[in-house]
Amino acid sequence: MDEKILNLKNKLETELSEIKDLVDLDKIRVAYLGKKGSITALLKGMKDLSAEEKKAFGAKVNQLKDLASEKIESKITELKEKEIKAEIAAMPLFDVTTPAPMERGSYHPITLVQRQCEKIFKSMGFTVEDYPEVVTDYECFEAVNIPKHHPARDMQDTYYLENGQLLKSQTSAAQNAILKKYSKNLIEKDIPIKAIFPGRCFRNEATDACHENTFFQMEGVMVDKDISISNLIFFMETMLSEVFQKEIKVRLRPGFFPFVEPGFELDISCLICGGEGCASCKHSGWLELCPCGMIHPNVLKEGGIDPEKYTGFAFGLGLTRLAMMKYGIKDIRDLNSGSLKVLSQFTDDE
Amino acid sequence: MFLSMNWIEDFVDLKGLDKVELIHQFSLSTAEVENEIFYKGSDLSGVVVAEIKSVEPHPDSKKLHLLKVDAGENELTDVVCGAPNVRAGMKTAFAKVGAKLGEITIAPRPLAGFMSNGMCCSEAEIGISDDNSGIMEITDDVANGTDIKDIYQIDDIVFEVDNKSLTNRPDLWGHYGIAREFASLAKRPLKPVETEDLSQYDNLAKIDMKIEDPLCQRYSCLQVENITRNVSPVNMRIRLYYCGMRGINFLADLTNYLMLEMGQPMHAFDSRKVEKIRIKRFEKPFVFKTLDGVDRNIDENTLMICNDNTPVAIAGIMGGLDSEIVDDTTTLTLESATFDSVSIRKSTVRLGHRTDASMRYEKCLDPEMTTTAIGRFVNLLKKYDNGIKVVSSLTDEYAFRYKTISLDFDKKFVDRYTGIEIDNNTIVDTLTNLGFKVTVEGDNFNVVVPSWRATKDVTIKADIIEEITRIYGYDNFAINTTRSPLYPVRTEIVKSDEDKIKDMLVKKYNLHEVHSYVWAYNDELKALNIPVEKNIKLANATNPNIETIRNSIIPTQLCQVKSNTSYGTDFGIFEIGRVVKGLDENNLCIERKNLAITLFSKTKDIKTLYFELRDMLEVITNDLKHQILTFEKAEPQHSYEHPINLYNICLNGKEIGRISIVHPVVSKKIDKKANIVFAEIDTEDFSSIKATGIVYEEPSKFPQMDYDLSLEIPNGVFYGDLTNCWKDAGTDLLKNTKIVDTYDTDTVHSITVRFEFSSSERTLSSAEIQEIMDNVIKNLDKIGVKLRT
Repeated sequence: MDEKILNLKNKLETELSEIKDLVDLDKIRVAYLGKKGSITALLKGMKDLSAEEKKAFGAKVNQLKDLASEKIESKITELKEKEIKAEIAAMPLFDVTTPAPMERGSYHPITLVQRQCEKIFKSMGFTVEDYPEVVTDYECFEAVNIPKHHPARDMQDTYYLENGQLLKSQTSAAQNAILKKYSKNLIEKDIPIKAIFPGRCFRNEATDACHENTFFQMEGVMVDKDISISNLIFFMETMLSEVFQKEIKVRLRPGFFPFVEPGFELDISCLICGGEGCASCKHSGWLELCPCGMIHPNVLKEGGIDPEKYTGFAFGLGLTRLAMMKYGIKDIRDLNSGSLKVLSQFTDDE
Repeated sequence: MFLSMNWIEDFVDLKGLDKVELIHQFSLSTAEVENEIFYKGSDLSGVVVAEIKSVEPHPDSKKLHLLKVDAGENELTDVVCGAPNVRAGMKTAFAKVGAKLGEITIAPRPLAGFMSNGMCCSEAEIGISDDNSGIMEITDDVANGTDIKDIYQIDDIVFEVDNKSLTNRPDLWGHYGIAREFASLAKRPLKPVETEDLSQYDNLAKIDMKIEDPLCQRYSCLQVENITRNVSPVNMRIRLYYCGMRGINFLADLTNYLMLEMGQPMHAFDSRKVEKIRIKRFEKPFVFKTLDGVDRNIDENTLMICNDNTPVAIAGIMGGLDSEIVDDTTTLTLESATFDSVSIRKSTVRLGHRTDASMRYEKCLDPEMTTTAIGRFVNLLKKYDNGIKVVSSLTDEYAFRYKTISLDFDKKFVDRYTGIEIDNNTIVDTLTNLGFKVTVEGDNFNVVVPSWRATKDVTIKADIIEEITRIYGYDNFAINTTRSPLYPVRTEIVKSDEDKIKDMLVKKYNLHEVHSYVWAYNDELKALNIPVEKNIKLANATNPNIETIRNSIIPTQLCQVKSNTSYGTDFGIFEIGRVVKGLDENNLCIERKNLAITLFSKTKDIKTLYFELRDMLEVITNDLKHQILTFEKAEPQHSYEHPINLYNICLNGKEIGRISIVHPVVSKKIDKKANIVFAEIDTEDFSSIKATGIVYEEPSKFPQMDYDLSLEIPNGVFYGDLTNCWKDAGTDLLKNTKIVDTYDTDTVHSITVRFEFSSSERTLSSAEIQEIMDNVIKNLDKIGVKLRT
């Protein structure tokens, strides 16, 4: 019987040494250790032995069993390790230096500049208003104190439509409606009017690299009980420093615009030289940027606000001009061209 | 407009002050000064008055002469000169050796074999006129050797003011008004203008003059005789030249001089041609020759100055050729008038002819100025030509007077507007220096606006604030933030939707945002076989290519796609922009804000491209509104729509847009090999639909049961039809359905749909699911959908 055990043991060792994969190994495990396996069979063949012999033989078989289990287990571990190694070795080497596909969409540069401005104004408590492009003579002129015979009304400046309406020549065309919209809050709840209205404007003129008949402006108003020129200067300086992301100095000069009194031309310290004087500011240290002023009493009145009680300021930023300044766009016509060679470069919403 | 500092200093003493700094202050307080300041005469030195004692012809040259010149030195100087007008006995401007004329330094040099020790100069060479025809002739009685800068005002500081910034300041169109601003800024007194007292001629006859039209506000005139002077004094010519005007003759120069000094345009007629001055309009158009020799068409709206019924000048714009001063004129009639500013501006536009005079009249000149200007004119006339004789009394009709404007305000008003402390004395001084009459009682002010500011400029209290603050200086303002109550700021849904849509299209779908014009591009559309659809038009388009307002962004976008075909094989563009959908019942434009998307591809098949666009719209809608779009078959309405696969896009039962393939006729014009699809959505309609918000459902603790059905779909049956079959089966246990497999052969289109059932209360039994599915299968059978075998 011992011989049997020895043979079985030798056979197992031979078979294990030749094994290549886990599937075959499992077959061996079943063949030796399964219910019908050859080691189990040894135990079954014990019935003819004496109790003494049974005990001794049983112990030997169990020894064999443990040995077999152990050998098989270690073989499993060995094969698994081999398999992982093989899997790792099979992994191909990638070329990470190949260019990534960089297909990206793009925003219109006006959208980018407009969003930056809107973000700043929202952070200062301004609402953002939308307004139509086709407006009436009242909205565009009458309501903002542009009298009947003002040159701004001349046919050659404004696009009129067949029905007497017009394409708004300035974002101020929205001022009256916005004052009216919020005047109740102002008067009854003491909530100041703080609004910006970005929008597209139209001027009937020939186009070239510096002139467009279609362009974007952003107008803003603030109305409350004691809004002063001092507030206006503070506000413009703060706001423009945010817009240009640097410390900006502003300078006001008298300017004439019918919807404000006093009206100002606002200059900012040159963005390139900071005021020292350079070629881009024609050595003056200043850049003319935008008109602003204290809202004309007639405009407040027309918006349902008593100018004896309330004052306010208004300003107009040229979004198209800002975009051109910011990105160095030389030809204004590129903005409406739809040319993807130009526009596809504006991928980021900063 | 160019301004001479010397001229300004005629009226205000600026000695000891930094004049350039004052000009800078003027720019910040009054009107914009151009960057470049001209220091006239600064590059000229060593030029003296000299007398030409003898002139000998040059032996070898016909042009050159050999001169002996007395430049006030002990010996005569030898000079070679080529000027045609050189003659013995004349006095001229002589640049001595060492003199500087701009870049040139005069040195002795041989000229055609003779030494020339200096140079006789023309007026152009010393920079006081553009006359380079010969050497300057000095007629004034001055000692030889006198530096010409000692006798003529050649040294001057000249600056230019942007005319646009003077639009609202009729008082600043002459040096006197400018001098008033400088006086205010420098806090020095303004001198009065010297004028002739015209009342001394009251006993003389009046001129026959009558205003017959309300467009003439005031007409003043005077007759003068015996003018003998022909050439203007040098200093006068220098000032005119520095201010951008050419010298003509004494009389013409003097009217120009008056205009540049007082801002009042004047005109001189030959008195024989204006015996009966009438100011009026004519009922019928006619042609009129102005003094520049041009025939101009005069219509019934143009105000004319007439001799009875014969027009002699276009009021406020230009005189006529026939009434001009000529050689045998003995008596002249001086006109100094004001006219309705709007009428002048409109006539100028109609005639296409803007003059220095009309430019001023457009600004609403002060009618008070007409007689002062005549007084000043006669004063200067007498000064330079003392034999002249006034032969009429001042004839003056003052038909329209501006109201005197008186304004009341208090200190509190100023404080509130400025936000800073400006004391009462400063307020009074500032306004008084500017010519306002101010009375103060405690903190209450009354100001009377001077006539030259009262024609349109200063009319309300806020205008007074501007006067006070601009002279105070905006740079001197202490600046302060506002104090405001706290309240929330809301973004309107249209606006936030717009931002989100743009973000998704750019970031998720790599589309490019474009802008385009609000009108149809006639030429470009024609090239694409797209007729311009009827819509409201611009009434005054100057470019025939852009007259019709667009009713859709798509045609424009297709033009832009066409212009980008070389950009890449695949791209998509979008725009959120305005369109006009005809007129409403009040004849007002129905303006809408649309989103238009066009996809272009040369690599994808049409179905893939179409579904890319469809999926985009679905995903955006689901993201923004948590809702699903539905599609309704549509009939083509536009030439560029393909009749197949054309759908109205509906959200919550509301039609909000269209999706389509581009019609092959148009598509082929854009690119023969490309597939193009588009969609247009009304963003206002889209935003009018509220988002349903997130509805949270507790995950079921019981297992989900899946049931797969493989279906054969007959032609013409859409997935949307199938979904009705299980909706109609009426169960809330069906949580989700999805297509897990599609299988197509040439003849059969089949899909496998997975139905996901679950309950939050119990484990479902196969039997109840089977019962539901039996109903579904029955419903499917009704529309001809069979199970795949």
